[in-house]
Amino acid sequence: MNVLKDLFYTEDHEWLKVEGDEAYVGITDFAQDQLGDIVYVELPEIDDEFEKEEAFSAVESVKAASDIYMPVDGVILEVNDELLDAPELLNTDAYENWIVKIKLTDPSQLEELLTSGEYEEFIAEEV
Amino acid sequence: MDGKRTPLYEEHKSLKGKIVNYAGWLLPVQYEGLIPEHNAVRNAAGIFDVSHMGTIFVSGKDSKAYLDYLMTNDISKLKLNQIVYTFMCYPDGGVVDDLLVYKYDEDRYFLVVNAANLDKDYQWILDNMGTYEVELDNASDRICILALQGPSAERILQSLTDYDLSQLKFFYFDEKIQVDGIEVMISRTGYTGEDGFEIFVDNENVVKLWKRILKVGGDLGLKPAGLGCRDTLRFEAALPLYGNELSKDITPLEAGFKFFVKLKKESDFIGKDILNKQWEDGLERTLVGFELLERGIPREGYEIYKGEEKIGHVTTGYMSPTLNKSIGNALIASKYAELGNDIEVLIRKKKVKAKIINKNFLKNR
Repeated sequence: MNVLKDLFYTEDHEWLKVEGDEAYVGITDFAQDQLGDIVYVELPEIDDEFEKEEAFSAVESVKAASDIYMPVDGVILEVNDELLDAPELLNTDAYENWIVKIKLTDPSQLEELLTSGEYEEFIAEEV
Repeated sequence: MDGKRTPLYEEHKSLKGKIVNYAGWLLPVQYEGLIPEHNAVRNAAGIFDVSHMGTIFVSGKDSKAYLDYLMTNDISKLKLNQIVYTFMCYPDGGVVDDLLVYKYDEDRYFLVVNAANLDKDYQWILDNMGTYEVELDNASDRICILALQGPSAERILQSLTDYDLSQLKFFYFDEKIQVDGIEVMISRTGYTGEDGFEIFVDNENVVKLWKRILKVGGDLGLKPAGLGCRDTLRFEAALPLYGNELSKDITPLEAGFKFFVKLKKESDFIGKDILNKQWEDGLERTLVGFELLERGIPREGYEIYKGEEKIGHVTTGYMSPTLNKSIGNALIASKYAELGNDIEVLIRKKKVKAKIINKNFLKNR
């Protein structure tokens, strides 16, 4: 399963890519593989505020709906509208196709996230 | 993962099946993917391992009378080698299980029941036996079942047998059929809304049969199919699932299956009085089909609203692979159940608009 080096990860299988005090958030390659064919993505509104571990989106396969949780506190700056009509993009490339862009409320929370190495170890135990 | 394994477990693993625990059984939810498997069954064929299903032989001189007392459908009208879909109900009209009854002989029948309900069903049949002279034989652990489903099912199976499958009518079965040298029982039944067969074979021969069918079917588009598409297929075809559309708290009349409840049959049956009264008084709840008019996917358990009033819940919902629309079944207050009515589905925190449509999605597409 593909795990990119320069990202932060959570045990709920979200990734976070930091650019200054902003970040892109998506689901990992492992997550998309476990979910199977993704047929629907629910997106939040711009300016919505979320706390760490709060559900901000839902990704649905034919079989089930899965909540996607915020890795850190943040405010929604952009949503990836493309996913509304082409949710399968998450299956095609889960890292290229981010779900939201956020403004970090508290950048010090990044220290609590998993590194790519730690995430690789974590998913090795999941299968 | 803990659970019971069918004799095909290793085959599922080698075909890269994603194994889940379903009703205590370790079975593949999908192999290649739910959508390609679903489409294979609609357009060509799929083969399912449904060996987890329960099977019970009922024999003895009172078999017919006893089954007629247990079942809502009319067992006395069954012809030899015919199969009937029926419910077993509690005295309050709730459903013990939905099942198929196969008639071998005047005093010998065969029941195919839901895996999750097998123990409960067996006990229920024992407990109500009273003075009926009947023998039960739980054959579940020695009989495997393969469901070969789809428009190409007959062509595939015919290539392995001299038995003329075109003579086998829908909801009939025959036994002692040789398929590639293996003796099986075959019924023209299924749970997908497509033509197809269910093949009953003993544990020793199931692996060989499974491999042979997959091999000869490969060129005709046959795919191994998992529990995932079994559910989407049956849902599109308006076939109920116990635990969703049917339960001890939902009567078959509320679920819209009056046709399989013969209130006027000669025999008395468990649940008759309450079901009769419910039918005469009118149903308070009705199972409907609906289509979302906005984005989202309805899921089992989501609440249904009319304005501020909660009027029911979703029993099954999907983004339908065949129709490519978000559709569902819901059990709602009958006064709102008219075709074309607007309702709302609460999806997470948001009410999403929906319209009531015919629940036989496949036929009305």
